[in-house]
Amino acid sequence: MSAANGTPLLEVGDISLSFKGLIALQEVSFHVNQGELFSIIGPNGAGKTSIFNCINQVYKPQQGSILWKGESLMGLKPNQTAERGIARTFQNIELFAHMTVMDNILSGRHIRMSHGWVAGSLWMGRAKREEMENRFKVEDIIDFLEIERWRKYPVGLLPYGVQKRVELGRALAMDPELLLLDEPVAGMNLEETEDMARFILDIQDELGISLILVEHDMSLVMDIADRVMVLDFGRKIAEGPPSEIQSNVDVIKAYLGTTGDAAIPEFG
Amino acid sequence: MRGRPHLHTSYSSDQALMPTTTKKVVLAIFLVLAALAPIASSIPFYPDFLGHNDWMKILSHVAVFGIGALGINLLTGVAGQVSLGHAFFMGLGAYVAVVFGSPPGDLWGLGLPMWIWLPMAGIIPAIVGLLVGPAAVRVRGLYLAFATLGLVFIGEWAWRNLKFVTGGAFAGRRFPDFQWRVWKEETPVVDFASDGVWLGFEISEEAKVYLLMLGFLVVATLVAKNLQRTRTGRAFQAIRDRDIAAEIMGVDEFRYKLTAFGISSAYAGVAGALFASFVGRQIPETWDLFLSVEFIAIILIGGAGTVSGALMGTAFVIVLPRLVQDFTEWLSGIIESGEGTLAKVADVVVAISPDDGGVINTIPGVGPGLSVFQLNQILFGLLIILFMIFEPLGLYGIWLRIRNYWKGWPFTY
Repeated sequence: MSAANGTPLLEVGDISLSFKGLIALQEVSFHVNQGELFSIIGPNGAGKTSIFNCINQVYKPQQGSILWKGESLMGLKPNQTAERGIARTFQNIELFAHMTVMDNILSGRHIRMSHGWVAGSLWMGRAKREEMENRFKVEDIIDFLEIERWRKYPVGLLPYGVQKRVELGRALAMDPELLLLDEPVAGMNLEETEDMARFILDIQDELGISLILVEHDMSLVMDIADRVMVLDFGRKIAEGPPSEIQSNVDVIKAYLGTTGDAAIPEFG
Repeated sequence: MRGRPHLHTSYSSDQALMPTTTKKVVLAIFLVLAALAPIASSIPFYPDFLGHNDWMKILSHVAVFGIGALGINLLTGVAGQVSLGHAFFMGLGAYVAVVFGSPPGDLWGLGLPMWIWLPMAGIIPAIVGLLVGPAAVRVRGLYLAFATLGLVFIGEWAWRNLKFVTGGAFAGRRFPDFQWRVWKEETPVVDFASDGVWLGFEISEEAKVYLLMLGFLVVATLVAKNLQRTRTGRAFQAIRDRDIAAEIMGVDEFRYKLTAFGISSAYAGVAGALFASFVGRQIPETWDLFLSVEFIAIILIGGAGTVSGALMGTAFVIVLPRLVQDFTEWLSGIIESGEGTLAKVADVVVAISPDDGGVINTIPGVGPGLSVFQLNQILFGLLIILFMIFEPLGLYGIWLRIRNYWKGWPFTY
């Protein structure tokens, strides 16, 4: 809808972020359209996760603007960005380790429920009704991510690949319009990676959620992303469709430390 | 249909507090037995001693401290905010109760009925908790423990000096009796403060108070349990496990920490008021740091973050000193009664006269050895350390292991 009237879903304009003397981001601009799968890549320490933290307002960039459907996100609290419709998964799993899979995903529904502690402590009226209704939603997500058998397990006990899925489920439970995925397939084997790629594409196509994907797995990014932005030392060095990025000289230089020609050794 | 597993066919049955029939039955039996304890001697096979007045007092003590433990569990166990200020809020609750409930006299008192002073003992500490909360919840971990530690000392100073409310240091004052009045009439509707006959059974004052405390504990448990399984409880746990992730999920960290602080203070206030009234007379020194530490011990031994753990921990921590004392008395009895191997062993353990060597000294302050009280302190310290190293889930964790073992029995998994 917003794509139709020309306003991007998220528009980041010239944000700069530094911690004391260390510059994390320098005048980075990009935008994400409705329904798009936008990917951010770059070497370690390039500032990819910092961008997520700026969007969530965990970090407050010193300069620049972050517009959500034309409205500024700057100065909001992190939980307010969640209420606007921005969900996120983390690079190092940040699940609530002592809660069950069910409770973790239900906690993603927090912003979609409204009962307070009085109704909750009496298990009456809206509290009971909301808990049941949201249980349905959670079951949908559990079904979508194929984690039925883990439903009642504390997440701390689950294998890594499943934890990653649960974290995706918790983010999806928020009914977001934009989903920030921070290295969703890091440390996964080929099969798990393929499963995750399938989930990501389903999220984009079936659920109509826009995504920003930060990932080191280049084959995954090049396969599924609509547009790619490349960061190096906090600066944007390229942006475009995957095919362009693959042949961009600056990108190859950033990744391999030299020019494209020398980077490809000739054998035989 | 016999022999099939009982499957859940609706979300409400799956989310129920007591999801299985076994749980329901076991809990019902336990509650009935607990309620029948005062008439233990008239029931066959029921341990008689539980119905005696001194054990009625111990069980009431467990129930009252159970309410306090549910409060600290909510704040420290569920929401992860370590607080040493529990004793302050208990004291505050007790003194609010005494001002509202005690008859006017030399000391402040309004002489209002219990249905006013008891809720006020929860509401006013909650308000104070919300007022000091913003300063406290900005810091986390050990810093929060220190910030709340300050409250206990401020409280102790205040209780000693507000003589018109508290009766002053080492003097204290009487607390209101458990009497149910509609307003200020002479004879109470229900009197828990004197012996009487209920349903044809002779029932002592202690037993009546016990039944009342048991009722309060059941309500407090139900509220805590419901809170923990709904939206607010999940937000608390989310903050405990990953505070930044919780915020990004939409949990307003500040607001929920404050809520936890407020509810926990209300629990503490009610527990403090009930405790003071149940003992009858309290001095300002009751609400000291040791009381706070005792509550931390309760939830660490019981299993932080679980309602049943908090209750098991309370029972353990309150009953243990009594058992140690009984054991010591039993040993001194053996020493006095005569010779034998057991008497020699007992002689090493217990000192019954000033020049007698022994680990436990029955005459505190005279001769070597530890008093029963000191021994209890050492035992608590030791238990906290052992539980933290070997069973961080506490008694609840041990119970889980036993349950899971028998679930699969005779198979190993």
